[in-house]
Amino acid sequence: MSMPFGYASPEQIMRDRAEYARKGIARGRSVVVMQYADGILFVAPNPSKALHKISEIYDRIGFAAVGRYNEFESLRLAGIRYADINGYTYNRSDVTGRGLANLYAQQLGMIFTESIKSLEVEIVVAEVGEEPERDQIYRLTFDGSVFDEQGMAVIGGQAEAVSGRLKERYREGLPLAQALEAALFALTEPGGERPAPAQLEVAVLDRNREHRKFLRLAGPRLQRLLEETELPTPPAEPSPAPAPETQPPIGPEGEIDTGSGE
Amino acid sequence: MNNLFTNTGSPSFTEFLGAYAPDLLPTRAQALAVPVEDQIPHATTIIAATCAGGVVMAGDRRATSGNIISQRDMEKVFRTDDYSCVGIAGTASTGIELARLYRVELEHYEKMEGRSLSTEGKANRLATMIRGNLAMAMQGLVVVPLFAAYDPDRDAGRIFGYDVGGGPYEQRQYHSIGSGSIFARGSLKKLYRENSSAEDVVLTCLQALYDAADDDSATGGPDVTRKIWPVVAVITADGYRRLSDDEVAEYVQRLIDGRMTDPDGPTAPLR
Repeated sequence: MSMPFGYASPEQIMRDRAEYARKGIARGRSVVVMQYADGILFVAPNPSKALHKISEIYDRIGFAAVGRYNEFESLRLAGIRYADINGYTYNRSDVTGRGLANLYAQQLGMIFTESIKSLEVEIVVAEVGEEPERDQIYRLTFDGSVFDEQGMAVIGGQAEAVSGRLKERYREGLPLAQALEAALFALTEPGGERPAPAQLEVAVLDRNREHRKFLRLAGPRLQRLLEETELPTPPAEPSPAPAPETQPPIGPEGEIDTGSGE
Repeated sequence: MNNLFTNTGSPSFTEFLGAYAPDLLPTRAQALAVPVEDQIPHATTIIAATCAGGVVMAGDRRATSGNIISQRDMEKVFRTDDYSCVGIAGTASTGIELARLYRVELEHYEKMEGRSLSTEGKANRLATMIRGNLAMAMQGLVVVPLFAAYDPDRDAGRIFGYDVGGGPYEQRQYHSIGSGSIFARGSLKKLYRENSSAEDVVLTCLQALYDAADDDSATGGPDVTRKIWPVVAVITADGYRRLSDDEVAEYVQRLIDGRMTDPDGPTAPLR
């Protein structure tokens, strides 16, 4: 039987699309989302002050993404529209992270199967609850799969290596400063230099806040928090790490994954 | 669902709502068989006055339908974001819906754009929403809000008034709306002092509300037996704060103690 010219089997098409998306995502740097004592912490190395990787969706819901900026930005805006319209139609408490994750999953899945090119994004939807047991972290991949993560999630280029390092340091109910320390430890390659405060995007969903739980930590506030992590080092010393963090002064963009080692 | 993912090109929630679910707009035009007039509850007096480094808003708790008191503990002052609030007078139901929509409008813009609207921007946005209700206002569903905000650029409180056609009209020092507003404004004129502390301005506003309730049947005074107190909000650089019932009760107690001996309240010096 003769095949029409240019035929590709569905399996081949899906494999190619997945490969393409993975390569795109692997180019970016990782983002860490983890639980801490009072809620959920988001940490992303991000030199840009204008283009956010982390943002607020609704009262208790935050969003983190890696990959192509214009693609995840349109997902973010859609999420805000979804949350605001539902909160306005029903009640603010009726907007849930699960509902939002489902919406994203449908959209990502649809684009993955129907479009020529899948979205090159990986996202996290996190919702802070009244108590830690009710916190939720969902990780979504480019093909619309949803993973219900426990305690922490890492997305982006070197996700596996980063989440390996994060597991070393992660404990339940860490105070904010220690949780930030753990996240930075995880995001720093062994022997690499930690990103400067100006190169960091940090935010929390703090269950103790009133009304809207999302809060960006930047400027002097972040500076103070970072100093807090450096001074008292008894609980989790960074020294057992394979390398002391003294040199080499690599630029923030220096260690970008080329995408070759998928 | 797909509608959610289409870029509307505008960070306005009201515009999005108009395209996505127009029947949810509080200002949707409907032809009423008969104008509603007094048959549905009306909210009454709201007062706002600036204090040193901020602004105070206070509202009574009464809603009336004609000569009937339809609710004793209604809330008419709404937090709209960290630095602003809206008080409503007129048709209660439309007003509540409008305040709710306005809150989402401000928040939606902030999340979409990553910055808050300027104080003037917020005031203008509210004007457009009120103007959208003009057709309904003509049929008796009148809503007139009062907008108060802390302006971080000036480190001061600002007050904006409206009419049924929109506005805004920026007000200096103090303003009041609703059926008891005439009496409240007379009282404020005599008692208001510029750059007073927030505590003093709260008391001034409560005195003015008491005077309004004294002369206007649609404005409720503090209900001592049921322990229903006016809603008082203070907005400063620290953000919006609604005074707790206990705090307001304390102010009211002081006010009532004074009026026991002097029923008309404090007097302003003649010279």
